[in-house]
Amino acid sequence: MTSTPTIDQQSGAALVTSADATSLPLWKQDGAEPFLRIENITKNFGEFTAVDNISLDIYKNELFCLLGGSGSGKSTLLRMLAGFESPTSGRILIDGVDMAGIQPWKRPVNMMFQSYALFPHLSVEDNIAFGLKREGIDRSEVKQRVAQMLDMVQLGHLGKRKPHQLSGGQRQRVALARSLVKRPKLLLLDEPLGALDKKLREETQFELINIQEELGVTFVVVTHDQEEAMTLATRIGVMNHGVIVQTAEPHDVYEYPNSRFVAEFVGSVNLFEGKVIEDQPDSVRIKSKEAGSVLYVNHGISCAPNQKVSVALRPEKIKIGKRKPDQDENCIQGIIEEIAYMGSLSVYRVRLASGKEVRVTQPNMSRDMGERLTWNDPVYLSWTVDSSVVLTA
Amino acid sequence: MKRRSLFLNTTAIMGFIFLYAPMIALIVYSFNKSKLVTVWGGWSLKWYGELFRNEQIIDAALLSLKIAFISASVAVILGTMAGYVLSRFGKFRGKMIFSGWITAPLVMPEVITGLSLLLLFVAMEGLIGWPSGRGTGTIIIAHVTFCMAYVAVIVQSRLSQMDETLEEAAMDLGAKPSSLFFLVTLPLIAPAIISGWLLSFTLSLDDLVIASFVSGPGNSTLPMVIFSKVRLGVSPEVNALATIMIAIVAIGVIAAMFQMRRQAKLLGRQD
Repeated sequence: MTSTPTIDQQSGAALVTSADATSLPLWKQDGAEPFLRIENITKNFGEFTAVDNISLDIYKNELFCLLGGSGSGKSTLLRMLAGFESPTSGRILIDGVDMAGIQPWKRPVNMMFQSYALFPHLSVEDNIAFGLKREGIDRSEVKQRVAQMLDMVQLGHLGKRKPHQLSGGQRQRVALARSLVKRPKLLLLDEPLGALDKKLREETQFELINIQEELGVTFVVVTHDQEEAMTLATRIGVMNHGVIVQTAEPHDVYEYPNSRFVAEFVGSVNLFEGKVIEDQPDSVRIKSKEAGSVLYVNHGISCAPNQKVSVALRPEKIKIGKRKPDQDENCIQGIIEEIAYMGSLSVYRVRLASGKEVRVTQPNMSRDMGERLTWNDPVYLSWTVDSSVVLTA
Repeated sequence: MKRRSLFLNTTAIMGFIFLYAPMIALIVYSFNKSKLVTVWGGWSLKWYGELFRNEQIIDAALLSLKIAFISASVAVILGTMAGYVLSRFGKFRGKMIFSGWITAPLVMPEVITGLSLLLLFVAMEGLIGWPSGRGTGTIIIAHVTFCMAYVAVIVQSRLSQMDETLEEAAMDLGAKPSSLFFLVTLPLIAPAIISGWLLSFTLSLDDLVIASFVSGPGNSTLPMVIFSKVRLGVSPEVNALATIMIAIVAIGVIAAMFQMRRQAKLLGRQD
């Protein structure tokens, strides 16, 4: 799936220098040594399996996101990396060293907690210095490194305050500074932006990426927020029921989900059930009763004839209009049932003859939208052959 | 400010009168000039002077303070340990029974606690020769047993409010469990420990029933002296003494409350 032409168009840099193997991201290079290797990790809590036989390689300088809903096992996996839980079976190797039996306070790993877990009785400076003092580093160096971290997170003027005197965003920065000051090889972040409001989140996301690139630390981020994962990650591992369902770059997770679960979890999607009626090496035709039409997709799949599949189509890939477009395939008719105007874009809910509801989003490109669509308008929905993905799982 | 209903106001006033009228009467009468307790003879500090010249009472007061100080201090150490185990040990077999055992002295009638301790001390003296006779030592042991239950409950409730990820964060930053307790846990539960100490101190100072069972000759605590004096007829001196005790206990309780409030603020503002 990683060799589809669309990706190379999108990530232009990779395309230009694709002949030069060293500039490829490490996870695309054959034989690259992973920095963090998770081998067949399983964790049971009594009868319940929180993490089910996961294997995963994460490379140096990656910002890897584990994305999943609550109870998907992502936090348990993170806690095993930090050493707060020990795996029922399997191995964790960090920089080639087996972590089995190594206590949390001895691991080359630091964690930023979801609640930030700042020590309420210590000032900001003492919070950050806590880890350094445990190493027995001498005072002047501790002071200097704390000051350096405070500068980096732009809190130099608040060093003497107590955590409860800070705003949510400031606490988040203190927590980040505290987890980075020991220069860990691997930083674990548990929902790092979860407690921030939307505007602050967006600012902080980019800051986090800058810091990560500047320091060259490998980040593993756990989040339930797909937007957060998309903006932050070099790669995303989508988790469900203790299993990683798909591991891919953000773009691929969104455009080429490998299952209905991933398609529905990341972003919103329209799914059409159908039967394969024509299976070519580089294209498929699917007859879908739900869509009321034949759907044509320009990538091959491995499937049995007449196999039931789903066609996934993102709402923003669909063109909506009153006039019939010049295409017979991938063109369906419906009636607008609901319109939500959201400023930059509008969301339409279109009811097809089969009763199926299709979600369409369109950017509002001009102020008066020309041919204005309104409730109960009969419309044509159309999309190009490379817009949809066939899912067999 | 919202106007409260007449009903609420009346209820509140009635409640406070019910609770505090006897104490106010006592305090007022401690400044009575008259030798007869029930007859008002004008204001005077005479009985306070008398009180401080009464060696029996002063000795008993000093003994009570000493006992209260030692038993509060020992109870705080044992109670903190018990509270820590109860909240951090996770689930273990018999946790319910263990926590029941620890809190039982809270609800046990004092007469029973006193009697059972007396029987224990007598039996131990017969078997191993210790404690030889009853006195200050046995009173301290008795007070520690019921005070530590209060401390354990206070500390446990504080610990359960404390974010456990704080301890994980400390470990993650390189603190071993042994140092983590002193660096993070103890400073955070310190206000609870202080309020536990203050509560134990006042409970020990107040106790009459248990002390009566386990004390020996010549080891009368202050409440015991007051009680024996009152039996011979209330003297105005006792009023003065009782007023001083109310003041000490009130200061202790208010200080304990203040500590609890401070702690709640510290932990509450975190999230």
